[in-house]
Amino acid sequence: MSEAVLSDTRHTLPTAHPAGRIALTLGLIVAAFGLAYLIPGGADYPAHLVIPFADWISAFMNWVKSSFTWLTRSLVAVVNVPLQIAFALLAKSYKLAVGEWSIMLPRLSWVGICAAVALLGHALGGFRLALLAGLGFLYIALFRQWDSAMLTLALIVVCVPICVVTGLLVGIWGYLSPRAKQLVIMPALDLMQTIPTFAYLIPVLLLFGTNPVSALLATGLFATPPMVRATILGLEKVPSEIKDFADMAGCTRRQKMWRVLVPAAKPSLMLGVNQVIMLSLNMVIISSMIGAGGLGQDVLLALRALKVGPAMEAGLCIVVLAIVLDRLSQAAAVQRYEEQREAKNSFLARHPNLALALAAIVITTLISIAIPAFASVPKAITLTTGPMWKDAVDWINLHFFDAIEAVRVTFLVYILNPLRAFFESLPWLGVVLTLAYAGYRLGTWRLAIVVALLASFCAVTGLWVQTMATLYLCGAASFIAAALGIPIGMLAARHDRVEKVVTPVIDTLQTIPMFCFIIPAVMLFRIGDFTALIATVAFAIVPAIRYTNHGLRQVPQELNEAGIVSGCTRRQLFWRVQLPVAIPEILLGINQTILLALSMIIICAMIGTRDLGQEVFKALSKADTGKGLVAGLAIAFIGIIADRLITAWVARRKRKMGIA
Amino acid sequence: MTRATPRAADSSKPKLSCRNLWKVFGTGADEFMRQHRGDASSADLAQAKLIGAVRRASLDVHEGEIFIVMGLSGSGKSTLVRCLSRLIEPTYGDVVFDGRDLLKASEAELIEIRRHKMGMVFQHFALLPHLTVIENVAFPLAVQGVDKAKRLKRAREMIDLVSLSGRENHYPRELSGGQQQRVGIARSLAVAPEIWFLDEPFSALDPLIRREMQAELMRLQEVLKKTIIFITHDFDEAIRLADRIAIMKDGEIIQIGTPEELVTHPATDYVAEFTRDVNRAKVLSAQSLMRPSGAARHGGTVAAVAKVASFAPEIVASDLPFAVIDAAGRTVGEISPKAVIDLLAGRDQADLRA
Ligand SMILES: Nc1ncnc2c1ncn2[C@@H]1O[C@H](COP(=O)(O)OP(=O)(O)O)[C@@H](O)[C@H]1O
Ligand SMILES: [Mg+2]
Repeated sequence: MSEAVLSDTRHTLPTAHPAGRIALTLGLIVAAFGLAYLIPGGADYPAHLVIPFADWISAFMNWVKSSFTWLTRSLVAVVNVPLQIAFALLAKSYKLAVGEWSIMLPRLSWVGICAAVALLGHALGGFRLALLAGLGFLYIALFRQWDSAMLTLALIVVCVPICVVTGLLVGIWGYLSPRAKQLVIMPALDLMQTIPTFAYLIPVLLLFGTNPVSALLATGLFATPPMVRATILGLEKVPSEIKDFADMAGCTRRQKMWRVLVPAAKPSLMLGVNQVIMLSLNMVIISSMIGAGGLGQDVLLALRALKVGPAMEAGLCIVVLAIVLDRLSQAAAVQRYEEQREAKNSFLARHPNLALALAAIVITTLISIAIPAFASVPKAITLTTGPMWKDAVDWINLHFFDAIEAVRVTFLVYILNPLRAFFESLPWLGVVLTLAYAGYRLGTWRLAIVVALLASFCAVTGLWVQTMATLYLCGAASFIAAALGIPIGMLAARHDRVEKVVTPVIDTLQTIPMFCFIIPAVMLFRIGDFTALIATVAFAIVPAIRYTNHGLRQVPQELNEAGIVSGCTRRQLFWRVQLPVAIPEILLGINQTILLALSMIIICAMIGTRDLGQEVFKALSKADTGKGLVAGLAIAFIGIIADRLITAWVARRKRKMGIA
Repeated sequence: MTRATPRAADSSKPKLSCRNLWKVFGTGADEFMRQHRGDASSADLAQAKLIGAVRRASLDVHEGEIFIVMGLSGSGKSTLVRCLSRLIEPTYGDVVFDGRDLLKASEAELIEIRRHKMGMVFQHFALLPHLTVIENVAFPLAVQGVDKAKRLKRAREMIDLVSLSGRENHYPRELSGGQQQRVGIARSLAVAPEIWFLDEPFSALDPLIRREMQAELMRLQEVLKKTIIFITHDFDEAIRLADRIAIMKDGEIIQIGTPEELVTHPATDYVAEFTRDVNRAKVLSAQSLMRPSGAARHGGTVAAVAKVASFAPEIVASDLPFAVIDAAGRTVGEISPKAVIDLLAGRDQADLRA
């Protein structure tokens, strides 16, 4: 409150004249850079002053590793139990031996699983969802990806409940203790959600080695934060009257939480579950680098060998799996309570779909003992698109190689490379001071200090050049994504027909795991910055479109009518009424675009970018925790700086418009 | 619908009462109230950047009466009633329920009191979305651990009582607002509470439904005879239902009285403003219009406590004044047709307020 008041008066003081304000800002920036060049070490951070955070962290992690082997070992052993059960059920047969006697327990039949998934779809969302889910799994079976897909699914099936329960408990803690929430949970979540995925892998790899359990733990770390957030948000959103009612009914604390608050927050919680599932899938794919196996590994191996066909096939199966899981969990989130007009007592009557699904799985699995076609998908009915993709790429290369190459080279030589050189030459002190000034203008002194500290971290760890390289690629990709996405969002907002086309496309794009964007880009443009740029733009464009559309559409009808009554043309209405009101929402979209771009750019280290992501990637291959985490933190800090500045900017604009 | 007799208000010791009750929001509120020893002016509060949501409130609610707290939105009604039920902790003052200090009750004791003695109905119903109607109504019993058959039986009775039979297995969202509030009422009655808090229970409903629900509440009260604390921002509603009304403004109770007392002797202009458009014939009783008996002949007799509206048609048709008699049948005064006509025509206000 007092902060807002202070900043408001401060903003009106030196800004009597807009031109004067711009001149002042420019002058200060020039001064900052001048200062950076004048002060020794202000341009290039002196090597002998680098603070060895990386060494400290490595030393610490090695100490943890050697002192807590018993803990890590037992953790692996515990987590391994459900994991092996899931593997046995879904992926591999299991040999049960008691003394002399032994029997091979067959894995569940693929026919039964397809049927069960379809029935699940039916239970959650009716016939159409049943069709989508059943056909999706059938696709995976027929296109020869069943075994890998089931390995991936097994990891998800074990990981998601762990994440959901952990997230729920931490979220409840945060709800009950605002201090813990403010001091511990929220900062930790912010950091965890901006640290790049790769960086999670390194400490886990160091502590637990290369195996599916490691992959599971890394995935869990990555996928839990949204559940915590959804829980806190959901519980806070429960109407205060319902909370009062719980007290008046004489609930104990425990009854209040579990019988009133959690059920009342269920819709929010289920959205959290949906996010956990999607992030788990995303991360399980990436975790194939530390031994997760499954579809991700297929893609990884194929990409490393530049085998277009297999990479594309496995990648498409990931997409299909993602879409099916997404739609199923979304349907579960909005599921309406069925009316129970009369009490049904038998299990069968209450859960017909569940009973049928269980029956289908059991029966087909029993059949599979006798008939191999039920045990694994028979070769005769499978299809492969591998050669087709290869032919397509060959054909494109044959006919369009020159054109594609011309575009790529032009971009690289005239835009990307000069831009990179420019960014890498920026003096660190100048950038830090400029960012601090931006923090001060948009927010408060505190923001300025936070921003300056975070930015300085990138310099004092000796990662300045890599930081600037990341910023250059991320900036370029975000700029292009915004430049394409905002106009598309505007069109969608103005024409319902456009919106109808755009919405399913961006919904699908949003569902696709990051890894899969790289495959087609690599097929066409091979590796390098330009490929990374294309993949990143495709991945990061979604929020720019979505928020623009949403922001424009939620302009209050009264404002539109006021505009029309004052005689605005359609065009004037758009530019003078709707757009200004929608700007805060659009800025939030850009914020999301930047964060997504950042996370994608880092993954693109796989295809040869040279930036902070590459540092993490190298650290991963050497299991160098310190280097990896420091580079990971530097990346996280870039994200946090962008996020804080834009959020402050949005808040300021909203305050100005009186809609804070 | 107007009640014939205000219940004997002061016969027994109060069911629920509070003395110099304060709820102050803001950082350091407790410390502030302690320093000021339970008495702070608005200026003091403003200076300390605190919000005095309830200030020096004192009231007694008696067994079996409908006590209404009336005030505009933001005047502190909800805060007051939440302090009385200790849903929020008062900053200063005492609350006595059934002769015991409610603010000293431990968490476990409070849970026991609420489980068996208190019920509350909420403005926005506060039904649990994941439970059916009958499960909602049975919920307060379920948390007490009452066994399933017994609590469902009780819930069914309550659903009958509010005329919702046949909807037991619907979910709240399938019901209209009025029906949802009936569920809220049934649920709050399931534990047979001794005191019943209703926080603007009908404010979220359409005017027609609101009327219907008010009538329903009166019908229930005839049967149940609960001690009721009812909150509203609607003075007409207050008049219609109240035995006594407390009027709140900016966190303070500025007057407590029967509807008739508020109309005849408003404590401030603010109260007078509220009472101005009230249908007086329905609020005032014969005794507040009567003069000393002087006429030789009377056209009829009316009870001193009878509302004017109940005998207005006869007296207006008559030329003679009516005698006013007390409960024992003694004549205590007379009432002239002219006085009633003036009242009906709205010509009496200056006199009455003087
Ligand atoms: N938790 C709270 N924190 C700060 N102020 C509050 C809080 N709850 C209520 N208030 C303030 O107390 C005053 C009374 O609120 P309330 O009791 O809800 O009024 P009513 O029910 O009469 O509309 C209002 O000015 C409101 O803003
Ligand atoms: Mg209220």
